[in-house]
Amino acid sequence: MSKSDFSRRGVLKTGALAGTGLALPTIFTASSAAAFTNDPTGSSVTLGFNVPQTGPYADEGADELRAYRLAVEHLNGAGDGGMMNTFSSKELQGNGILGKEVKFVTGDTQTKSDAARASAKSMIEKDGAVMITGGSSSGVAIAVQGLCQEAGVIFMAGLTHSNDTTGKDKKANGFRHFFNGYMSAAALAPVLKNLYGTDRNAYHLTADYTWGWTQEESIAAATEALGWNTVEKVRTPLAATDFSSYIAPVLNSGADVLVLNHYGGNMVNSLTNAVQFGLREKVVNGKNFEIVVPLYSRLMAKGAGANVKGIHGSTNWHWSLQDEGSQAFVRSFGTKYGFPPSQAAHTVYCQTMLYADAVSRAGSFNPCAVAEALEGFEFDGLGNGKTLYRAEDHQCFKDVLVVRGKENPTSDFDLLEVVEVTPAAQVTYPADHPMFAGGALGSCNPGA
Amino acid sequence: MDAILLQILNGLDKGSAYALIALGLTLIFGTLGVVNFAHGALFMIGAFCAVTVQRILNLSYEVVDETQKDFLGNALKVKTSYVESWFGPEMGGAIIDWAVPIAIIFAIPIMIFIGFVMERGLIKHFYKREHADQILVTFGLAIVLQEVIKYFYGANPIQTASPEALSGVANVGALFGMDIVYPVWRIVYFFFSVVIIGGIFSFLQFTTFGMVVRAGMADRETVGLLGINIDRRFTIMFGIAAAVAGLAGVMYTPINSPNYHMGMDFLVLSFVVVVVGGMGSLPGAVLAGFMLGILEAFASMNEIKSILPGIDQIIIYVVAIIILLTRPRGLMGRKGVMEE
Amino acid sequence: MFGLDKKDTRMLLVVAVLTLCAPFILNPFPTDSAMAQFNAGYPDLMQRFVIFGIFAIGFNILFGLTGYLSFGHAAFLGVGSYSAVWMFKLLSMNVVPAILLAVVISGLFALLIGFVSLRRSGIYFSILTLAFAQMSFNLAYSVLTPITNGETGLQLTLDDPRVLGVSATADGSIPVTSLFGLEMRSTFEMVVGPWAFQFNAGYYLCALVLLAVFYLSIRIFRSPFGMMLRAVKSNQQRMNYTGLNTKPYTLAAFVISGMYAGLAGGLMASMDPLAGAERMQWTASGEVVLMTILGGAGTLIGPVLGAGFIKYFENIFSKINDTVLHNWFAFMPDGLEDFVVFIVHPFIGKGWHLTLGIMFMLVVVFLPGGLVEGGQRIAKWVKGRKNKDDSTSATKNPAE
Repeated sequence: MSKSDFSRRGVLKTGALAGTGLALPTIFTASSAAAFTNDPTGSSVTLGFNVPQTGPYADEGADELRAYRLAVEHLNGAGDGGMMNTFSSKELQGNGILGKEVKFVTGDTQTKSDAARASAKSMIEKDGAVMITGGSSSGVAIAVQGLCQEAGVIFMAGLTHSNDTTGKDKKANGFRHFFNGYMSAAALAPVLKNLYGTDRNAYHLTADYTWGWTQEESIAAATEALGWNTVEKVRTPLAATDFSSYIAPVLNSGADVLVLNHYGGNMVNSLTNAVQFGLREKVVNGKNFEIVVPLYSRLMAKGAGANVKGIHGSTNWHWSLQDEGSQAFVRSFGTKYGFPPSQAAHTVYCQTMLYADAVSRAGSFNPCAVAEALEGFEFDGLGNGKTLYRAEDHQCFKDVLVVRGKENPTSDFDLLEVVEVTPAAQVTYPADHPMFAGGALGSCNPGA
Repeated sequence: MDAILLQILNGLDKGSAYALIALGLTLIFGTLGVVNFAHGALFMIGAFCAVTVQRILNLSYEVVDETQKDFLGNALKVKTSYVESWFGPEMGGAIIDWAVPIAIIFAIPIMIFIGFVMERGLIKHFYKREHADQILVTFGLAIVLQEVIKYFYGANPIQTASPEALSGVANVGALFGMDIVYPVWRIVYFFFSVVIIGGIFSFLQFTTFGMVVRAGMADRETVGLLGINIDRRFTIMFGIAAAVAGLAGVMYTPINSPNYHMGMDFLVLSFVVVVVGGMGSLPGAVLAGFMLGILEAFASMNEIKSILPGIDQIIIYVVAIIILLTRPRGLMGRKGVMEE
Repeated sequence: MFGLDKKDTRMLLVVAVLTLCAPFILNPFPTDSAMAQFNAGYPDLMQRFVIFGIFAIGFNILFGLTGYLSFGHAAFLGVGSYSAVWMFKLLSMNVVPAILLAVVISGLFALLIGFVSLRRSGIYFSILTLAFAQMSFNLAYSVLTPITNGETGLQLTLDDPRVLGVSATADGSIPVTSLFGLEMRSTFEMVVGPWAFQFNAGYYLCALVLLAVFYLSIRIFRSPFGMMLRAVKSNQQRMNYTGLNTKPYTLAAFVISGMYAGLAGGLMASMDPLAGAERMQWTASGEVVLMTILGGAGTLIGPVLGAGFIKYFENIFSKINDTVLHNWFAFMPDGLEDFVVFIVHPFIGKGWHLTLGIMFMLVVVFLPGGLVEGGQRIAKWVKGRKNKDDSTSATKNPAE
């Protein structure tokens, strides 16, 4: 059992591994020649796309994968280049990353922390992935982010909206482009004020788990600052499918706004139930009853069908945006797949581009160098206007969209319309904001 | 007071779904002695019958309209459904609007057929096997069925609206001088389930067929010895049970948008209902269904949640545990069932 | 040897060789070959094989011997993981106290649930265990978040008050789990030609534990206690009529099997210090049922095989995407290639649940003894054919 003749370097030099680009996995190795985990020494580099392919978020996951494929295609110089052309940083040349061809492996998170970590580990240990990205739930994102920190690879979070991802559970190796609960609330509040006034009684229904709580905390704080009164905050079981018994008490509560801090299947069902109970036609205290859904997802809004009409919420990005970057992205995605991308697809495409660009600027795949390149990076042209990757918590600060369910949709995907683009400055908070307190980035871990 | 009445109403409405599923489960268990873990999947397939009918009615042809643009700036393809073009926009629109009730007509034969195939193709071979084996094979079948549905319909929920005339709310308290509004479709669902349950009971009670089946439930061997082909009747019962589950699913679609795992969501619950009611007891299943529905509705009231946090998450299970420990055979169970 | 008869000793040795040489056996394909995708010999998956093997062995002690079908066994695994992670957070990063606490706490939890649930039998028992497990899951996800950290799962943080040890290492990261200084994640890599084999400390710890508990389960199966449990399975009423109280025996089996699950949970947390609530969900309990049945309930080695099979499916088979498929069938003419990919597509990659469901049904229908029975039948068939060649005496395949 000697390593001498068949050293890792030796093998690589002989080019035995060239072509496949599968660098030997060295994760968790006590002593290794490489300076960091999964140093791509061949002619290609492997990225790990960890998305839900089974389970309730499988459709989001599928859309994310489409965007990843497109991003890889663009990075390798195929296709029309998409947002690479509009991106303010011009490092990417369409020749892969640092001249290495981009390859990818996919994994199924099943929207379960355990499965997600297992699949991320397999990509790192077996396939030699140097970066992990993806996810469609905060619990999973936080779990995988923790893993990547330990393993010494970069984690580029996908769709994760909880304050905790870049709050108390932030990690030095983890980065989030997507917005969060606080930003949703900050963006929505002024719009709600304009639409519904300052004298309102809000009733909150909240999915009873960490994301729901942070969302509820954020939106309640933001609306109370407007002068709204919070009548009641009711927690609903995550597994609930019929929300009627939670909606029914709203009728006689004296509230005139219902805030649904739900996402995914929960959102579809609670919104459907709320509309069934005639809340939209109700008049309380002489005002029209209103429903607010802080986090909208177009894919899910489809499940609620006509019920979303006229209901306000926030979203990270929407395909109807008219800026150059968004249009370029929608064009290349739409041409390839025949329908416009979702916000999940957009955020993961951006994350892939941002990672590739950061590597190019750093001139190295070393996670610490990449992290340094990303920290405090300001960019534009990726669909959200001028954006800052803040160094203190690895959160992107950019414009947030307030959207409304469209009254007369012209197609299956034309469900939301952008009401307002809330500028980044308005949703920016100090890094030590109490809702994000309690964690530390720690120091960057290159692994190996 | 209003709040309490509202929750009772809500409980009845929740309970009707539980009762319908539990009724089908009990029919299968009582007649065939088979524990059917795929029953939730039958409910789900029923719901997707409605989705399919809706999709078929919405089948449309595309006309390229050069004056309008799609999201890529190409000419927009305007879709018109065949139904609308055949019957005219008004009549066609009405047909599409009534997709869910129309689906009932299609769902009955489809579900009976699926029931027959399941019974003849699979369940039949498990009459003599242990209950554990029955649970396992039907559990496997449930996984397969839901994955097949997911493959064709995706993972996200699909909206299927109730007819315009039956959506909205009705003031059910008006009769008593109170102001209790409740969604019309949920009231429809409640009465629908009452009709189905009543139908099944009178079918078993007042027809010869029902009498033979009941005799078979009590003593299968003797009925067989009398020269009656009890097997065929049992197959038919399985078909009927499948149809009950399917109809429950069809009618449920406007309440919550169906998705592929709704069957599994209901499965655990409906088993709890059946066990609480007493395995093999039809009235027990119905009673337990409504009872658990009402209890669940009350547990979600904020007044109760503030005293017992999280009670709405576990109420069903707590009730099941208490009942099973105090009334070992459930509310109305018979001795010797499932206790080998 | 070890108080086992010849056959059992041989089986134990086979398992020992298989687990200890797993890094070789599971990595049959050179790293740069197209088949490398099917290699399963990387630390995380090997650990999972072994840990779920332990879980399934434990489950089999209850289900295989007594016939009590618990649909809530995952709760014990979850409780074990939570206890272990708390031990890491509060006491030290050494895995021994964590695993011990996991076993003890899950044992106590099993005692409580078993005491209540075992008052009923048959499907009532299944529903009771299911109810308890779902309650644990629901509460862990929501109300008990201060203890379990809810959806996010219980993780180590940089400010854990670790009594024996440091909160954070000098370079500002969270310390790693270890066995008296031997880091669980340390891996020795051996490169032989195009092959690379990984020997992971954590894996070998799990493997040794597996061997120990496998040995224990053989002893239980062969002991008078095991006989008693089997008697309970074949006819509990008769046992009761003979004046024997079977409850202590079934309860003992339940607690032992709960402790096995807790051990698995503790090991899982030791390999990867995180505990999530979905480990306790009823579908997770369903998974161990699938493993045991698929491998062969009531057999000694079946559950381990079943666990390996399902984990392999989940981690390797699920990764085959369309691109890979197209590569495989690239040799075919274009139209045919697309057609074949189209046919195969629903069953591979993200369709692995479907394939698993179908296989599971086939096993329950045709091979009630699971993969073990399948193996025996094949062995018999091969033997039978040999005999036929020798003596031309026809041997009939055993009818079901």
